[in-house]
Order: sequence, then C-alpha cells, then structure tokens
Amino acid sequence: METLINDFSPGLFIVQTILLLGLIFLLVKFAWKPILNSLNERETGIQEALAAAERAKAEMQNLQADNDRMLQEARAEREAMLKEAREIKDKMIADSKEQAKVEGDKMIKQAQETIESEKKAAVAELKSQVAELSVSIAEKVLKEELSGKDKQLKLVEKMLGDIKLN
Amino acid sequence: MHHIKDSHDFHLFSYTNSEGERKHVGFPLPVIVWSSNGLVTFMSSQFHHDDNGEVIVERNGSKFVKLHSKIYELEPGAISVNFDESQHATNAHKVLDFSITKSVFGILLVGLFMLWAFSSLARQYKNKSVPTGFGRVLEPLVIYVRDEIAKPNIGEKKYRQFTGYLLTVFFFIWILNLLGLTPFGFNVTGQLAVTAALAILTLIIYTFSGNKDYWMHMLWMPGVPVLIRPVTAIIELAGAFLIKPFSLLVRLFANISAGHIVVMSLIAIMFTLKDSLGVAGATGLSLILSFFITLIEVLVAFLQAYIFTMLSALFIGMAVAEHDHEHHHDAEGHDVPDAEDVRADFI
Repeated sequence: METLINDFSPGLFIVQTILLLGLIFLLVKFAWKPILNSLNERETGIQEALAAAERAKAEMQNLQADNDRMLQEARAEREAMLKEAREIKDKMIADSKEQAKVEGDKMIKQAQETIESEKKAAVAELKSQVAELSVSIAEKVLKEELSGKDKQLKLVEKMLGDIKLN
Repeated sequence: MHHIKDSHDFHLFSYTNSEGERKHVGFPLPVIVWSSNGLVTFMSSQFHHDDNGEVIVERNGSKFVKLHSKIYELEPGAISVNFDESQHATNAHKVLDFSITKSVFGILLVGLFMLWAFSSLARQYKNKSVPTGFGRVLEPLVIYVRDEIAKPNIGEKKYRQFTGYLLTVFFFIWILNLLGLTPFGFNVTGQLAVTAALAILTLIIYTFSGNKDYWMHMLWMPGVPVLIRPVTAIIELAGAFLIKPFSLLVRLFANISAGHIVVMSLIAIMFTLKDSLGVAGATGLSLILSFFITLIEVLVAFLQAYIFTMLSALFIGMAVAEHDHEHHHDAEGHDVPDAEDVRADFI
C-alpha cells in the first residue's frame, strides 16, 4: 500500500487530467459529433428507404389486388351478359313459337269456320237447286204423262192397279 | 517491478560495448518540475541514466536527483542525498513533476493518433455515407460502443450527450492497453495517477448529471423507514463518491499491472531457469508461456477498456434514469423490484 501511494504521481495525475480533458474536447468537436450525426443520418436514411420500399410493395400489392378484382368483375360481367343474351334468345324463340302456334290455330279455326259456312251455303244452294230441278222434272214428267187422253187413262188405271195390289 | 513504473526517458535497449562500458539506447524526455524556486525544465539526459540519486542536476538554484523514477529536490545546503536505513532520502523531498514522462509521451502519442484517426473518419462522411479504408475498421467499433455500451446503459433518450466521453475513454484505454503490450513498454493504464484521473472524471460526470431522483434516492431513500434513511444515505454517499470510482481505478490499474508483471515474469524464465533447463529449454518454455499469456493480455486489454466504459455508462445511466414511471406497487403497496434495482444489486 505504501509503495502504491509512493508510486502515485500527482504531477502525472494533473497532466493526465488536462490531456484527457483536451482530448475529449477535441474528439467531441472534430470526431464524435460529426461521426455520430452522420451515423444517425445514415441509419434514419436506411430506415426511411426500407419503409418506403415496404410502402411501395404494399402499394404494388394493392394495385395487383385491384387489377385482379377488376378482371374478376369484368369476367363476371361478361358471363352475366352472355347468360342474359342466351335467355333473351330462348325467350324470343319460345315467344315466337307460341305466337305462331296461336296464329296458326286461329287461322285454322277461321278456315274451318269458312269451310263450314261455305259448305252450308253450298248444301243450301244444292238443296234449292235440287228442289227446283225436281219440281221442273216433275213438271216435265207430268206434262209428258198427261199430254194425251189415253196416257192419262193408263196412268189412272195403273195407279188403281197399284192400289189393288196393296 | 522497475519496468512497470513510469520513467523519465524513453529507453529502447542497453548493451555493453567492447570497452566494457554499459550503453543505453533511447532518447531523453523533458523534465518539467515545480520546485521551491519555481518551474524548472531540463532534459532527462542530464541524469545520465542514473536512478539512484547519485547524479545531481543544478537548475535555478535548486539541486535535483532522480531516485527510483522520482525527481527529488535536495534541501538547501545539501551536497548529496543521505539515506536512512529503509532507503528513504532524509535531506530531499519530492517535487510536483509535470515532466513529459514515458506515460505522458504515450498519452500524447495515443491522443494524436485518435485525433488523426477519428477526425479523418469524420471527414470521410462528408463525401460518402460508407467509409473506406481504415475508417471501415473504426466505424463498427464506434457503433459498438454506441449501441452496446451507451444506449443500453444510459437509455435511448439521454445517451447522446455522454457518448462522446464514453467513446474517448474506451478507445483511449484500449489503445493504451495494447500499446502496453508492445516491447516499448508503455504502462500508461497501469499508472494509478492515470486510472485515477479517468475514474474521477467519470465521478464528476455522473455527479453533475445526476437528476433529482438520483439525489433523492441517495440522500433520503424513499420506501424505507425514516430512521434508516440517514444510514442508507451514508452508505449511498460512500458508494457514489468512494466505492464506485475506487473500483474503477483499481480494477483497471490492477488488471493491467498484473498482466505486465506476469508477462515479465514469464520472460524472466529465460534467464532464471537458464542453468537448470539449458539455454534452448529456458528460452522455449519462456516463449511458449509468454506467447499464450500475451494472447490473454490482448483479450484483457479489450475487456478492461470495455468494463471501464461499461461501468462508467452504467453509473451515468443510474444517475440520469427516470424514476417517475417505475416502481410498480403490488396489492400490499410494496415496491416491485424493477430492472433498475436488480441491476444495481450487481454492482
């Protein structure tokens, strides 16, 4: 202990203190301050760059998602349009078929009615003509039959004979 | 033991020339002392490598001798140094010695080196964001001290203003420790005066940057019975002003001195065991042992710089720590120990 105290040099202590203080002052002014500032600046720069990259990546992903979504929507829309068109087509075909059928039925019915009425008219005409014809035939026959005295007598006899027979 | 002391000249090696005369190779350093007749300066070569108080140098009416690496001023009227039985000088007294001793020379050397190295690193940042060359080696070390020592111990908010001191001290101690391992034999960090100056600077910094909480905890500890508070105050004051700086200065001094003594003892095997092992055996053993211990010393050089800086940061961190958010109370109102308290227990 005594040797240690004996070895302690107050002069060296003072010199060391002064030199150390000077060294700290100079180093802080010319080295540590600019070095630490630059390091901090660089680190914040790196951090900002990383954050920016991260943001850009997120934005990219957003865009991608948007694109995907839009594509999906477009596809769905196309699908819907196609389906609608198909439906319209089917409906139109069905409608026209229906309409044609109704129209046809109507025409057939009309034709049938016309035919019927024509037929009736024809039959009526035929009837009247037949009646007229028969009357005229009967007239002609009567005229022929009753044209002479003997013919009339013969007829009467014949008729009388027929009656006897019955 | 002589070699780990400070000396007044830069001694490289000695040899005995053909005339049987002992020659010393090295260069003298200036001696600057505050004597009873004012400031006196002369070159250490005036003592002609004498270390036993035989050569007397007379300047400004004072007579000086060098005795065991210390400069003594003779009492007025004395012609030579008289010794008592325990080899203490009786008619001479020590003077305040501001000499550029070997240690001071080493400090200046390291100081200039640090100024050059780190200011050139600082200049590099003006042109480019990543330094090249030697700066690329220094930058990770600076970042290491900032991120591993300053930030975790002082805290994210306040570390910035103390980092300059911590960086300076870290590199100062580390480079001087490494310089001490070279054959030039600088033993700067093994000088009590140097480690004391470093420790006292740390003491001053944490004493003056201590906040209200720090002084409150030291002088009037909250959470303990009032009667015990003066006792804890005494203990805390002793801890802050004596134990902490003392542990800092002794740890560094003792580690570095011990390392030097061990290395020198192992080198001395070369001479002491020459007779029993032969020249080759003693040299080989000495080389192998001192090689491995020197490897350990390289590690210790870093470790001691790290520990000194780390503890300085820790003490500063304890002085500036914010306490208002801490000390969560449990259901019974007792303090729940937080990291701060637990950490303090380890010191």
